[in-house]
Formats: sequence, C-alpha cells, structure tokens
Amino acid sequence: MDGYERVFDDRSPGVEQQESTANFLTYTVGLGLAIAATIGSFIVSQTDLLWPPGVPVGLIVLAFAQIGVHLVFFLHLGSGPDHTNNILALAFGVLIVFLVITGSCWIIANLHDNMMPMPMR
Amino acid sequence: MTITIVDTLPAEIVRGRRGGGPAPTRTTVAYGFWIFILSDIVMFSALFAAYAVLSGNTAGGPTPRELFNLHNVFIETACLLFSSYTCGLGMLSAERRERARFLVFAAFTFALGAIFLTIEMSEFAGMVRAGGGPSRSAFLSSFFTLVGMHGAHVTVGLLWLVYTVAQLLVKGLRPVVLRRLACFSLFWHALDIVWIGVLTLVYLMGAR
Repeated sequence: MDGYERVFDDRSPGVEQQESTANFLTYTVGLGLAIAATIGSFIVSQTDLLWPPGVPVGLIVLAFAQIGVHLVFFLHLGSGPDHTNNILALAFGVLIVFLVITGSCWIIANLHDNMMPMPMR
Repeated sequence: MTITIVDTLPAEIVRGRRGGGPAPTRTTVAYGFWIFILSDIVMFSALFAAYAVLSGNTAGGPTPRELFNLHNVFIETACLLFSSYTCGLGMLSAERRERARFLVFAAFTFALGAIFLTIEMSEFAGMVRAGGGPSRSAFLSSFFTLVGMHGAHVTVGLLWLVYTVAQLLVKGLRPVVLRRLACFSLFWHALDIVWIGVLTLVYLMGAR
C-alpha cells in the first residue's frame, strides 16, 4: 500500500518521500558556525583587534563566510547532481550582484572625484 | 501497470540521475523558487549599492554613529538567526510527519520573526523622533529604503507562514503542502542571508 501511495500522493514520476539530506545535526552545526561568525564580526567591529584600516575587509570576509555557512547548512546547497542548476543560477546571481554593487560604487566614486568643489553652506 | 514499473525501477534511474527522465517535483519546484529568490537578491543589491553610495551624505543631519544602537542590532540578528534555525527544524519535523513538533517550531519561528520586527519598528520610530526620518538626508533615505525593504520582506514572510500553517492544518501533511513549506523555508533562510549584508554594511561598518 505504501508504494501505491508513494506514486499517487504526488502526481509526478519518480518522487521519493524521503528526499531530504538534512538532519538535526546539519542545522545545529550551521547555527553554531553562524553564531561564531556573527559574534566574530561584532568583536571585529567594536574592538581594535584588527588593524583599524583593515576592519571593513575583516567584516566582509566574515560576512562571506557566514553566507557560505547559511548556503550549505541551511539552504543545503551541495555538489550533488540535484544541485547543478541551483549552483549555476547562484553563480549568475552573484555575478549580477557583484556588477551592480561594485559598478555603482566605482562609477559614483569616479564622478565624485571629478565634481567641481561646491561651497559648503 | 505503470505503478508497478515506476515502483520497481531503481530510484537512481527514475530520478534521472543516470538514465535521464524527469527530476522529482520537489527539486524542480525548489529550483523555480530559487530563481525567484536570486532575482529578489538582485533587487536588494541595487538598494545595497544605493546605500553604499549615499551613506556618507548626511547633509548635516544625524550620522550612522549617532543613530545606531548595536545592542538592539545584536538582539535582532540573534532573533533572525534562531528563527532560521527553528524554521529548518520545523521543516525537518514536517518531512518526518511530526505534526505537533512542526507546529511548535513554526510558533517559535513566528515569535522570533515578530520580535525582530517589533525591535526594528521601535528603532525606526526612535530615529524619526530624534530627527532622523527618511526625508532628512540621502543617507537616511537609502537607510530606510534598504532596511525597510528587508523588514517588509519579513512581514510578508510572517503572513506567509501563518497562511502555510493554516493550509497544513486544513489539508494535512500532503506533498503539495510540504513543497509550499519548503519554498517558505527557502525564503526565510534567504532573508537571513540578506540580513547578514545589512548587518555588515549598514550597522557594523556604520557604527564604527
């Protein structure tokens, strides 16, 4: 009876009920790493642990690390065959985000440098 | 007959890993929703870019340093992170057909999201009262647009969670409901990823 239900539950061929590769441990490890990265970035931003001009870089590195942790442990993005398309789409998304953010900052910084000095009120 | 054939074939072939053929619905639904999430993140990237460009233009008004209270921000971050965690555990319970446990985790997810929103609202109200409303400077306009957009997403997420839980109560733990739940959980985790960006770029870099 179980097999019958398995097919008719979800009218699409080849659907398995226990698809998930996630378990309690994955989420808990992810939570632990994310907490470590968050507390790390608060410490980096609030103390002089890092060389002060390097703090933004440190924060960005920690943010990327935490985003990676979230992608792997919470969104379960892996290297398996089911994830090839997801990874490709993510790569394209990252490219666009990178172009929009760095492009805007670059162009506006350039414009700013070429502005005529304005009288301050 | 078809039923027996599908059922006796090795799972690997049916799932199209080696023999071709359709991917499981769960995979295709998650992929479609993933595309939506990525487009949403591209939209956020424009707001992030605007904030990065405008954050220095305080026009003589309050500066990020004066306005931000990192104590509150830390609590907000913790709320969202734990809410993501309970959402994931709720998803696991739902997949294992543990209804009661799912409802408990969903309640935690909702409560933590609601606490986050409450803190954010009171923070916004405090900023407006201190003369730092969205119309005060370019910095504040872009701040309220970016952080407010994230808050709006959280609000929509909370409504969506209530709606999905209601569906689950009415229809039971059917595959179609589970797939909708999986989409919600993707959305909720993605909001947490956007928050990492907000935390780093807006609050931690701004409050230095």
